[in-house]
Amino acid sequence: MINAERTLDALGDPTRRLVFKRLRAGNRSVTEIARGLAVSRPAVSQHLKVLKTAGLAVVHIEGRRRLYAVDTRGIEALRSWLDGFWDKALLAFKDAAEREAARERKPR
Amino acid sequence: MTDQTVSSVTDPNSVRKMINVQAPPAVAWRVFTEQMATWWPLAVYKIGKAAAVDAIIEPRVGGRWYERGDDGSTCDWGSVLSWEPPSRLVLSWDINADWQFDPHLKTEIEVRFIAVGQDATRVELEHRRLDRYGARRDEMRRIFDSEGDWGRLLAAFAARAAAA
Repeated sequence: MINAERTLDALGDPTRRLVFKRLRAGNRSVTEIARGLAVSRPAVSQHLKVLKTAGLAVVHIEGRRRLYAVDTRGIEALRSWLDGFWDKALLAFKDAAEREAARERKPR
Repeated sequence: MTDQTVSSVTDPNSVRKMINVQAPPAVAWRVFTEQMATWWPLAVYKIGKAAAVDAIIEPRVGGRWYERGDDGSTCDWGSVLSWEPPSRLVLSWDINADWQFDPHLKTEIEVRFIAVGQDATRVELEHRRLDRYGARRDEMRRIFDSEGDWGRLLAAFAARAAAA
């Protein structure tokens, strides 16, 4: 479960927001992400760890390289938090039930 | 989104929702209870380590309600308290505020499927006994119910950003 409050907390830190923003460019190593930032590489690693726990970053292993990218689940959790869980779930249920009803009405 | 789901105010221990579905009750019931994976937001609302691929309600009183991961593992969410197809379902939701299964939590979700004319169903859902969350009731209620509007989201964000 991605906790939306944790996602908000994770983005509350300005440096971490900067690190997150850099993930938008797609798979990048810690070194690439840290380039030009005023914080150390280990600090960037730490920020990435927090982003990962908050569902905002994913790691892909490519050979010996660990590459980071945006994880959309954190964003999705925020969206659910905004809508309210039951609103979101019931609207999706409505779509599924109406698709099923339409399928059954179709003459075979 | 509030044009399609209707919430009524404001019992602090319960969240109520209503939605109209263009499908007869039998179909609505079946999609709700047998095809949960087609609509439940499994990407976000699941508790296991593995990616969740299905959500299953065992069709009887006392049946398990659980998720199944892509590695075959299962994680309990709760159980069936009432099973009255195609009109009334009561589930126990036993996931605590830390998103762990706790068989003693026992919040309740009641779902009623009410025929409206020939081919439509009004689905009424109540998630109650939120008092079981104790001190974290309001936090959990906010997750289940709508947070309302962007203004409040932004205010919450601003407060958290300021506190960081």
